[in-house]
Amino acid sequence: MFSVSKLSCSRGDKRLFSGVHFAIEAGQWLHLEGDNGVGKTSLLRMACGLSSVAEGEITWQGQSIAQFPDAFRADLAYLGHQLALKEDLTPLENLLTDAHMAGQKLTPANAMAALAQLGLRGREHLPVRVLSQGQKRRAALSRLLARKARLWILDEPFVALDAAAQNALTQVINAHLQAQGLVLLTSHQAVSLQGQGLSYRLQA
Amino acid sequence: MSAFVAIVRRDLVLALRRKNEVITSVFFFVVVAALFPLGIGPEMNTLRLVAPGILWVGALLASMLSLGRMFAADHADGTLEQMALSPTSLPLLVAAKILAHWLLSGLPLVLLAPILGLQFDLSADALWVLTLSLLIGTPLLSLIGAIGAALTLGVRGGDVLLSLLVLPLYVPALVFGAGAVQAQISGLGASAHLSILVAMALVAAVFSPWASSAALRIALE
Repeated sequence: MFSVSKLSCSRGDKRLFSGVHFAIEAGQWLHLEGDNGVGKTSLLRMACGLSSVAEGEITWQGQSIAQFPDAFRADLAYLGHQLALKEDLTPLENLLTDAHMAGQKLTPANAMAALAQLGLRGREHLPVRVLSQGQKRRAALSRLLARKARLWILDEPFVALDAAAQNALTQVINAHLQAQGLVLLTSHQAVSLQGQGLSYRLQA
Repeated sequence: MSAFVAIVRRDLVLALRRKNEVITSVFFFVVVAALFPLGIGPEMNTLRLVAPGILWVGALLASMLSLGRMFAADHADGTLEQMALSPTSLPLLVAAKILAHWLLSGLPLVLLAPILGLQFDLSADALWVLTLSLLIGTPLLSLIGAIGAALTLGVRGGDVLLSLLVLPLYVPALVFGAGAVQAQISGLGASAHLSILVAMALVAAVFSPWASSAALRIALE
């Protein structure tokens, strides 16, 4: 379904990684490991199509994502270091705007349900700026539930979450995997999810 | 299309919750237009002569004040990444951002212009042409400015670069916008100037969203 082949990345003169090669099929998740600064985030940004690929190829359902970006983006949900939340809007407004932007119809009731599932019940109408760091991350993660994307690319999704939220997120990801979804994630913690888990260690 | 509406609505709601950013550029326009008659003195003929230029330059600078913020907040909090990754085409979303920018920093100037024009003893005809020229011209300013704002996104000291980049492109809008009012005052009729202004606005409306989104994709790499 989603495959990366012979991918390499340079920053200036410095070679970050080269010859990266992996594939994820429906219902599988891949844990991308590596030391700080080895280029995990750079790799994820390439995998989303945000950064251009100089060497190598990334394909989704057999088609290169550089040549058919629209079909790929319709199936993609990306969560990076930046949460893409507007501080002056409420989590509910953020979620609804985001769904409209992705061209999906999301009712306020469904959006409330998505926020409640990640433990933000009762905080739907507070501005995001008064939420704590962990609550902001929960609000950003609720986007995964609201969007119907098959491929999730998550950069450090477990960071800044308490135990309850980590459990909630694990359940959300498990449900996604059971529905034949694909997950590509980075994490410095050990990750235990259902379904077939792969791991790839990024090295310079 | 719902994506377009959602972006415009979000930007308007954000502006309502943080009013000072909108008020800054409107206040700037009012202050500039109000100070000139006091500085020049009560000589009616002189005031009528300089009015179109001063009001247009004021509107142009006021609109430029808010250009730097057009994409900066979205870039800083990651919304721009999500926009670039959305299945909706980026030029459409950028067009929505430009429309929101005009509604917040162009339309108020258009509505204020006839009132401020009274201080310069402009006739009713000239006030009407002034308003019309700004109604056509301020969207043009937002459209051209969006390209500059996208190109200088994430650049340190980008605001200075932005004005250097955008001001030369603003000159035709200024010449024909202020020229329309002058032509009306001198009895030549403003339709030729206004037609050229409309033509420039239409060309910009077609090209600016594409050029801006291409620049934004480069800024995101």
